[in-house]
Amino acid sequence: MNYEAVIGLECHVELNTESKMFCGCPTTFGGEPNTRTCPVCLGEPGSLPVPNRRAVESTMMIGLALGCRVAPHSLFHRKNYFYPDMPKNYQISQYDLPLCIGGRLDVEVAGTKTTVGITRVHLEEDTGKSLHIGTTGRISEAKYSLVDYNRAGIPLVEVVSEPDIRSAAEAQRYVAELRSILEALGVSDVRMEEGSMRCDANISMREPGGEFGTKVEIKNLNSIRSVGRALTFEIERQRKALEAGQALLQETRHFDESSGVTKTLRSKEEAFDYRYFPEPDLLPISATADWVSALESSLPELPQARRARLAAEHGLSVEQAHAVGASVASTGYFEGTVAAGANGRDAAVWMAGELGRALNNAGVGIQDARVSPAQLADLIRLVGAETVNLNTAKRVFQMAFESGDDPGVIIGREGMAQVSDEGALATAIAAVVASNATEVERFRAGEEKVFGFLVGQVMRETKGKANPALVNDLLRKVLTTGGA
Amino acid sequence: MALTKEQVLHVAKLARLALSDDEIEKFQRQLSVILDHAEKVMALADDGVPATAHALPLSNVFREDVAEPCLPQDKALSTAPESEQGRFKVPRIMEDPT
Amino acid sequence: MSELWQLSATEIAMRIANGEISAVEVAEAHNARIEALEPEINAFITPTPDIARAQAKAIDERRATGAPLPPLAGVPLALKDVICVDGVRTTAGSRILDAYVPPYSGTVVHMLADAGTLLVGKANMDEFAMGSSTENSAYGVTKNPWDLARVPGGSSGGSAAAVAAGMAPIGIGTDTGGSIRQPASLCGVVGMKPTYGRVSRYGLIAFASSLDQIGPFARNVRDTALLLNAIAGHDPKDSTSIPDPVPQYLDGLDAGIDGLRIGIVKESLSEGTQPGVAGRFKDAIETLTSLGGEVEEVSLPSFAHALSAYYLIAPAECSSNLARYDGVRYGMRADAPTVSEMNARTRAQGFGDEVKRRVMLGTYALSAGYYDAYYGKAQKVRTLVIRDFDEAYQKFDILVSPTSPTTAFKIGEKADDPLAMYLNDLFTIPSNLAGAPAISIPCGLAEDGLPVGLQIMGPLLSESLLLRAAFAYESARGPAERPPL
Repeated sequence: MNYEAVIGLECHVELNTESKMFCGCPTTFGGEPNTRTCPVCLGEPGSLPVPNRRAVESTMMIGLALGCRVAPHSLFHRKNYFYPDMPKNYQISQYDLPLCIGGRLDVEVAGTKTTVGITRVHLEEDTGKSLHIGTTGRISEAKYSLVDYNRAGIPLVEVVSEPDIRSAAEAQRYVAELRSILEALGVSDVRMEEGSMRCDANISMREPGGEFGTKVEIKNLNSIRSVGRALTFEIERQRKALEAGQALLQETRHFDESSGVTKTLRSKEEAFDYRYFPEPDLLPISATADWVSALESSLPELPQARRARLAAEHGLSVEQAHAVGASVASTGYFEGTVAAGANGRDAAVWMAGELGRALNNAGVGIQDARVSPAQLADLIRLVGAETVNLNTAKRVFQMAFESGDDPGVIIGREGMAQVSDEGALATAIAAVVASNATEVERFRAGEEKVFGFLVGQVMRETKGKANPALVNDLLRKVLTTGGA
Repeated sequence: MALTKEQVLHVAKLARLALSDDEIEKFQRQLSVILDHAEKVMALADDGVPATAHALPLSNVFREDVAEPCLPQDKALSTAPESEQGRFKVPRIMEDPT
Repeated sequence: MSELWQLSATEIAMRIANGEISAVEVAEAHNARIEALEPEINAFITPTPDIARAQAKAIDERRATGAPLPPLAGVPLALKDVICVDGVRTTAGSRILDAYVPPYSGTVVHMLADAGTLLVGKANMDEFAMGSSTENSAYGVTKNPWDLARVPGGSSGGSAAAVAAGMAPIGIGTDTGGSIRQPASLCGVVGMKPTYGRVSRYGLIAFASSLDQIGPFARNVRDTALLLNAIAGHDPKDSTSIPDPVPQYLDGLDAGIDGLRIGIVKESLSEGTQPGVAGRFKDAIETLTSLGGEVEEVSLPSFAHALSAYYLIAPAECSSNLARYDGVRYGMRADAPTVSEMNARTRAQGFGDEVKRRVMLGTYALSAGYYDAYYGKAQKVRTLVIRDFDEAYQKFDILVSPTSPTTAFKIGEKADDPLAMYLNDLFTIPSNLAGAPAISIPCGLAEDGLPVGLQIMGPLLSESLLLRAAFAYESARGPAERPPL
């Protein structure tokens, strides 16, 4: 049987507001436990929530960026369940009247575009964090737990997709694109590794076009890679079970990072009864047309539009536009390089190549690159002017990335300028011809491929600084005229 | 309507109340009476009537996004039945969060 | 000459401002009165004589500098123990919060201190404000100063009894379904529930958030107006707080009620009403008429259904509001090997019978499959109540009814019959559902020699009008009877 996966994602995003969702406590990371708390976020008896305007507007902007309608009337609800990291034993969330409804997100995998529907975007508060004390630090083996409420009450946006995703790769692309949009909006730090974005996946299998199968939920996927690994595993697990004629259980599963498998967390029978009801401590939100259109007009350029513009303005390929336009910072770097005089395609090649490698090796983001856009533009100019050849330029880049020095300064200091002096090159060629008599013979006997080897020897002789085009010309002349 | 004992037990579990057998029996009886009474009255409200969650005609009340001072750690923990390492100490958590 | 504890708030503030008496003398007189009567009355869970003394000293020092004094400077106040005071034990009448010392103060606590009041104690109450008699307090029942065998009403019974017994001229209570007005009626004092949102709830330990409202107790209408001015106003810490400016409630207090259109709620004249209560209510109507009021009967059909709606909405909200008492962050904790068992045992041991009953009822009413049938329906009934009021206020300026169908009942009389107990709130609940203000003022003694209360209700933010009508009535009838203590 040929099964297809039916996947929907629920992504939780911590907003980067200054203060928490319902109180004035700062949202800054770090700090001693329980030092970012007050009566409100500790759930002290008698304390009351007051919603953060910026958090509400950020949520509306996320909805607008995803093509949602901002609901003219929305409400906060209480979601009731007991858990020690939740100070009030209810979470202020949204239920049947979320802030935003009905949008879309386009994702492209291997040249195929898919539109994923967005069901809703809503706003809620985050919980605290528990530390499990015991032999391994795992919850199941803990002797007792310690709770820190510093994160309790951080504004958390939930973006819920329709079950329009059909593969692990599409899911990863969806999360990457969503992250890119959130980054462009500047509403979240979107650092998945710090937990500021995490996803739950709903997945079932069906015969193409057939009835939905039994739904399994995978909780708390905290990186794009985990989304891919967990779904790849789960699709296989479900496919095998179905092919073996086994029935799947409707359940919640957990993805174990170390083993790469999903495991049962709880079954449907244990499902919670959240007893949602309208939060009586908060008033409704009425989104007037003026308010919504003001937010809409303040939307920045979004990734899809940005990529199209970069491709059109600078003649970039689809892949290049994707790479360069991956983030606001990356786009800024690219545009800075072009503004400093570089050709767009050259800048894109350098960014995808040397810069990307260097950032990867150093494990830093583009905002922390030691080579500035102006310095990269300068280096590109020096290559164009044949002051350095391309291979040397790559070494210069590496040195500039390590030291932060200007490429021109490095070239001067290290004597890396390209040698185009015919006299100096003739001396080097003569030396290579003299010490490689066998290869010279073979070339002259018609073995053309030996030419490349000889060019390489000349480059080595000049410590890589020789102008390669000139070396080609001069060497061929020497070999064919029988000189030296 | 008359509540079954199972319903009462389920509600007690949701409400995190370790009730005695006597309490369960008593609440089963009393809640049934109260709900019975309520149901008769509730029949008056037909589907055409909108619900009132807030008696006040107010909306869009917000605070500006400004960080304010917090409680010092010792004050935040001053009410805790038990604390350790600056955190609230609780017995073993057997369940995973939702 | 009267004893200091017999003086009204207005008189105390005036004499202190004049330099006739010191705030410390006033504090000591009331501290002494409390010490003498507490063994019999039990109006307080935690008396705070030292706080009153320190606040009084600060008032006297301030006066000595010649600085102007705030309006209630040196006036002793009983604060219902459901409002958080930084550093002062706050129990909400519950064992589960027996050792709870809040790390912050409620907004009204700051306002009351700014107004110059002296905190003489945290007053007794039904646990988490659930009850009509204070019998549900974990700290023993409060006795009615008129008859120590009877309840003072509830849930704010401690504040009402304290004011009636001269332990403080003014008090603060909270009213979710009648919890200020009913004990005011049963103790023979004035009690007012302001418009929902007029007084900040920040720091008020929640029972039913959409209904709870803080309000004043006093022995006369003028003091009630003064105290309301001290606590009313917008609070950015309470989202449901009303931003409208607060009028000076003393302005026009004596303007009279000539021509005022007064509706008698027909549904409150049922057979269940005690004859003596109905009699005094009739007398009050005559007085209002003699003052120029245009009195007529009006029917509010939903009045009778409000009770059932209330007993679904309030428990539903309370089941959620009280979830935080789980032994993790504050309050009592029972021993157990796992956190969920610890929660369940803590709550079973820490909550009293009525609280458990309402938590169970509310949890059930919100649980899967029942929301629409119970909570959803109750909110629709709430709409019907509001509509009935709106319609009545097309024709009338204010509405009147007895505050409670009976006078104070015997301790233990209704303790085993929740439904009979709930009927105490029959006439007071509709105003809570509508969010509208209402006041109870003494209107004489019934055949059993116990006080009866007249309830005056008005539309949203009509506090000035209600106080004016109450003042006109009080002035015509003369000072209220005082208990034999």
